Amino acid sequence: MDLGLTPSELQFRDELRVWLKSNAPAKQSAKSHSGENAADFHRRLRDWQRKLFDAGYAGIAWPKEFGGRGATFIEQAIFQEEMAVADTPETATIGLSLVGPTIIAVGTEAQKQRYLPGILSGDEVWCQGFSEPNAGSDLASLQTKAVLDGDHFVINGQKIWTSFAHFADLCLLVVRTDTAAPKHKGITCLLVDMKSPGISVRPLKMMSGDAEFNEIFFSNLRVPVDRVLGKVNEGWNVAITALSNERANLGIGLNVAFKRNLEVVIEHARKLRRHGRPVIEDPVLRQKLAQAYVDLEVFRLNTTRALSTLNKTGAPGPEGSIQKLYWSELNQRNVQIAMEVLGPYGQLTDFDGGRGAYNYLRSRGNTIEAGTSEVQRNIIAQRVLGLPRSY
Amino acid sequence: MEFDLSKPQKLLQKSARDLFARACPAEQVRELMATDTALDTTLWSEVAEQGWLGLHLDEDSGGLGLGMVDLAVVAEEMGRACFPGPFLGTVWAATLISAANAKSKHLASLAAGETKGAVALLEPDASWDPADVQLQASKTEGGFQITGRKSFVSDAGVADLIVCVAKVGSDLALFAVPAKASGVSIKPTAALDATRKLYDVTFESVTVAAEDVLATGEAARAALERSMQVGSLVVCADMLGGMQWIIENTAEYAKTRQQFGKVIGSFQAVQHMCADMLLWTESARSAIYFAAWALDAEPENAERAVATAKIYTSDASREVANRGMQVHGGIGFTWEHNLQLYYKRSKASEILFGDASYHRARLADLVFNA
Repeated sequence: MDLGLTPSELQFRDELRVWLKSNAPAKQSAKSHSGENAADFHRRLRDWQRKLFDAGYAGIAWPKEFGGRGATFIEQAIFQEEMAVADTPETATIGLSLVGPTIIAVGTEAQKQRYLPGILSGDEVWCQGFSEPNAGSDLASLQTKAVLDGDHFVINGQKIWTSFAHFADLCLLVVRTDTAAPKHKGITCLLVDMKSPGISVRPLKMMSGDAEFNEIFFSNLRVPVDRVLGKVNEGWNVAITALSNERANLGIGLNVAFKRNLEVVIEHARKLRRHGRPVIEDPVLRQKLAQAYVDLEVFRLNTTRALSTLNKTGAPGPEGSIQKLYWSELNQRNVQIAMEVLGPYGQLTDFDGGRGAYNYLRSRGNTIEAGTSEVQRNIIAQRVLGLPRSY
Repeated sequence: MEFDLSKPQKLLQKSARDLFARACPAEQVRELMATDTALDTTLWSEVAEQGWLGLHLDEDSGGLGLGMVDLAVVAEEMGRACFPGPFLGTVWAATLISAANAKSKHLASLAAGETKGAVALLEPDASWDPADVQLQASKTEGGFQITGRKSFVSDAGVADLIVCVAKVGSDLALFAVPAKASGVSIKPTAALDATRKLYDVTFESVTVAAEDVLATGEAARAALERSMQVGSLVVCADMLGGMQWIIENTAEYAKTRQQFGKVIGSFQAVQHMCADMLLWTESARSAIYFAAWALDAEPENAERAVATAKIYTSDASREVANRGMQVHGGIGFTWEHNLQLYYKRSKASEILFGDASYHRARLADLVFNA
């Protein structure tokens, strides 16, 4: 066991810290992605990624020949952690961590040349057209249909829960190209221009009032056949490659963000009073806050351990599912503790920028997005413990 | 960065697992549970020969000079085997004596397994907080005299040496008292976990020579704190070994037990309980091995790290044992099934050195009052 960083990792971290000090944008107060804020959110995201790109910090995990840095997993973790500490704006992560690595893995030379530069620079924002109204956890049952017509596919159908579609330039779209084949065998991945005729996007408001994601409707959308990523009818494995890249991200920056949330709650607990004393002196809430601290600390340690394993094996394993299950449920527990500390203030949408109320509502999505807790538990039971498939 | 056991530590793990699998099977555990002391001198000698009784003590004191991670590795295997007998009392006493005085004459014989130890801390009010110690030692010519009662003393019945935590005035003091000293009486206390015995120890005008005062005041407090951190680590690692046994055996049972014409492990309700058990076990593992590492490498963070591990593991171990029993159904609830050994040992370990609620209150003081 040695939890220290090597000299070259320390150098990477220190250089990054220095760079962030003079380049990280000022904090953004509103967290909204939607309505009149959408354009502002998009502009901030694009500006920030351009800055990262110019400094050589965009797509650091990508191989050098494709414009990345070939960073190790540890360096990637350092990067995510430092970004979270500096509370930087979001980047176009779907392109950087999901679509880009998949194009590098299975794309044609022409596709690499056409798409990779725009992903790195942030000039082209991607979204991921996977889920459908009737294909959520059971993604392979998707029904959006693509029919070959000369040198084009003609697409009809609907996607849902598509983050960033309302300002995305491109979409990694998963469609059914063979309705007769078994469900995993008739699927194809396409690289689709979101500005094409035949696409309409409708933002989907979450209960928090924000709209991170959208519905996309396809009506006779024509996509040239050279936009197939991988091979026709072999798109399921391409989609799995993309998703495993998503899960290789072990939630490292989240730990920092959650710790910051807890610190804010503790500050409130010092200022608010109940039973004639500061809330922080209430023995029951002290128990709960201490547990919140423990759960976060164990999350940090699990992350470090998973990272150490990933660094050795090189392949993301079921650790990703354990991580996802842990952080999503931990966050739901901790936002509830925050509400108990805040008392009546917790419900106010303008108290402390509405952070308590927003975090509380937003956290309900945590155990649903990117694989529900039930799916994660199935994966752990079946792939780690070797129990039989249940469906 | 490497968050994993080293090669020598993996070898140590394997030799401990092999030794206990061979020399301490469940039938042996059950036989020892039925005895007054749970001590098997042959098995004890075998463990002593490996050097594991003084594994973390300096080589000058007869120890192996290894670290806390190594100690956790061995303790985890002891938990996996439900290793009966006085390991906890001996390792706690040795750590305490060593922290108070690294050159103490008592260390070599404890490390060699020639003598066994116990620490008498708790009193009938059952507080793990050393500040609550009431038992008074009074100064006499050439030494001290102790009168009072200690409770919940692990392994005192087989101990040769008892470290008594007492007060001299308002100062904490540590006394090394031979178990056979005149005025010391030791009575077994019947408790849930029969693999590690508890005792009441009464001191009736027991005379202690000045040279047997291990430490007083701040030095005594600091030595006791360090020893309780190491003791907590040992107990956490013991729980981890038990959790590992339970999850492996529960998953195996779920793969073979059939109901409604299917193995019960194919039902999601059962799968999800097993998945939670794995998550808790692996999370406890992260917390425990970090605490072990911090005890050696980052002493300034050790107190928080150990408290975090004890809180997380105490709750996780209980829940893993509960779910394991639920998945096993009626058979897991029987005397005949070995799950009951782990179930009871887990509960005792949860209590040892303070449960999660006790440590959450302490951790809150550490973190929020800082």
